[in-house]
Amino acid sequence: MSGWQQNLIIAPILIPLLAGAILLFFDERQRVVKAMISVVSCLALVAIAVSLFRLASYGPERFEGVYMLGNWPAPFGIVLVVDRLSALMLVLASILAVPTLVYALARWHAAGAHFHSLFQFLLMGLNGAFLTGDLFNLFVFFEVMLAASYGLLMHGSGPMRVKAGLHYIAVNLAAALCFLIGVSAIYGSAGTLNMADLAVRIGEIEGDRRMLLEAGAAILGIVFLIKAGMWPLNFWLPAAYSAATAPVAGIFAIMSKVGIYVILRLSLLVFGQGESAGLGLNVLLYGGMATVAFGTIGVLASQALGRLASYSVLVSSGTLLAVLGLNNGMVTAGALFYMVSSTLTIAAFFLLIELVERGQDAGASVLAVTMEAYGDADEEEQEVEVGVTMPATIAVLGVCFAACGILLSGLPPLSGFVAKFTMLTGMIGSGVSADAPIPASVWWIVALLILSGLAALISMTRAGIRTFWASMEGTVPRVLVMEMAPVLLLIAMTLALTVQAGPVMRYMEETVSGLQQPATYIDAVINARRVGVEEPGGPEGGGGI
Amino acid sequence: MELVLAIGIGIMTGSGVWLLLRPRTYQVIIGLSLLSYAVNLFIFAVGGVKSNAAPLLGEGVDTSTLTDPVPHALVLTAIVIGFATTALFLVVLLAARGLTGTDHVDGREQPK
Repeated sequence: MSGWQQNLIIAPILIPLLAGAILLFFDERQRVVKAMISVVSCLALVAIAVSLFRLASYGPERFEGVYMLGNWPAPFGIVLVVDRLSALMLVLASILAVPTLVYALARWHAAGAHFHSLFQFLLMGLNGAFLTGDLFNLFVFFEVMLAASYGLLMHGSGPMRVKAGLHYIAVNLAAALCFLIGVSAIYGSAGTLNMADLAVRIGEIEGDRRMLLEAGAAILGIVFLIKAGMWPLNFWLPAAYSAATAPVAGIFAIMSKVGIYVILRLSLLVFGQGESAGLGLNVLLYGGMATVAFGTIGVLASQALGRLASYSVLVSSGTLLAVLGLNNGMVTAGALFYMVSSTLTIAAFFLLIELVERGQDAGASVLAVTMEAYGDADEEEQEVEVGVTMPATIAVLGVCFAACGILLSGLPPLSGFVAKFTMLTGMIGSGVSADAPIPASVWWIVALLILSGLAALISMTRAGIRTFWASMEGTVPRVLVMEMAPVLLLIAMTLALTVQAGPVMRYMEETVSGLQQPATYIDAVINARRVGVEEPGGPEGGGGI
Repeated sequence: MELVLAIGIGIMTGSGVWLLLRPRTYQVIIGLSLLSYAVNLFIFAVGGVKSNAAPLLGEGVDTSTLTDPVPHALVLTAIVIGFATTALFLVVLLAARGLTGTDHVDGREQPK
């Protein structure tokens, strides 16, 4: 029998749904009430995500990570599944939501209508996409997430945001149609939409039907690659992310990881073994490498900090895709660590940029780089006084900026270094057997990883010098504690990730080894026990909805 | 029957893609609508094309005469979601038109 813990699985979807719906009934002027509801919902999500994480990873044997909606058994009903990977993603999403929300409370949530509702619906879509075990249900949660993100992207309005939003929506609507084509092609050939059932049936599909299935899976893959931002499907991303308001861009940092999550899930579960094994891995490998190269050039070329951060998202996505394309267990574990670390870093960076740029003239950072190229105008009016005490704000901002730079470029001592080091070790170090030569593609990835770090370092240093070592009259930004605390919290999390790198890496390795044995997942889903079926005459209200 | 359906899907997809690549926002949204009709028909088609068949399983009914109910459910969901997102996109188009003063997708007219 399943206990109350089983019902926790659906809570990450229900709580934001209810909170978002309740928030609609409050007038925009009741900001304190709205903020309270939103914060409580996010904190509850953190608590639930952490307890699901504990249950899925170290929980009692009795805990089954499968929740059957309406108590219908697996291939017929829709199931929600919690395993180590989805629990990890739930925790990441919820601990990212709290700082970004707090940051938004300082200023941005008042810039337009229904910020909190949209934020909650975005979380609902994210959590649903991580939990679902059904392809069509995945489509629905994707759409929930995207619909909320359209509203959030244009929060605060203005021509720039609406223009970026227009492109973003058009691209994502076209992607949604591809999603449907892919899903229906898979249904047409395999006759199921349940991921576990699909993994079972894929072995029995022959000939033409297999071709249709692979074509469907490939179209589906394109959708997730658009979401993850693989070159050449990513030209919408820098414009959209840099136009969004700071807290929105912060939470968007995890949206590009949803695509990566689904690719990782499906490629190891459905295409892990059998005749179709390794479908599209080369696309991931070379596409990922092209994305890293494109992102690196973008990072170097960016004049505005917002665009620099957006291209860092691409570098992070590209690194993950290329590394997943290698399909090597130890490297994948490193990639999961990198995903957590880079998501937190980029979110912190997006939040920080808005604070740093406040007080500067619009376009100052664009001018700064151009000035560098054509010689400095204000070099002569250098002040004679030495040792001016820096205001505390600038000092804190500067330290955070430096931490972001270290994290993005993967220098020691922070978690960006640990992540890159683990991936590189898996590729060329002790994880490789001595007699097998290392393929050329691996060397390319190694080179690209290191070069992208160098590019990030150069750009961050350039931007940092211009921002913090410039003459400072009247440019000290007015920053609230409430805005500084979320950035510090996110950076503290990366610090914790560094200190606890050993246990975290062990967890990631167990996650990957679990993913490489899809039989456990399939067995859990197909043989999940229905509530109240063993006892005759005791149908206890289904799954509890 | 299959041929007519296939040609219909093909023509709608082709027109939809062409319109999607046009520079005016109104053409883009009509293109997206046509594409979503084509996709809905495609979802129907993958369930197997049958006329005059009910998706109802009863006692003693031969399953080969039944139509598959799952694609119907999928199409219904896809229509609802597609309708909602198209309406949302329409609002954004109007906002973009109001803010930029042009209906070009890039928010400015191409230099002649």
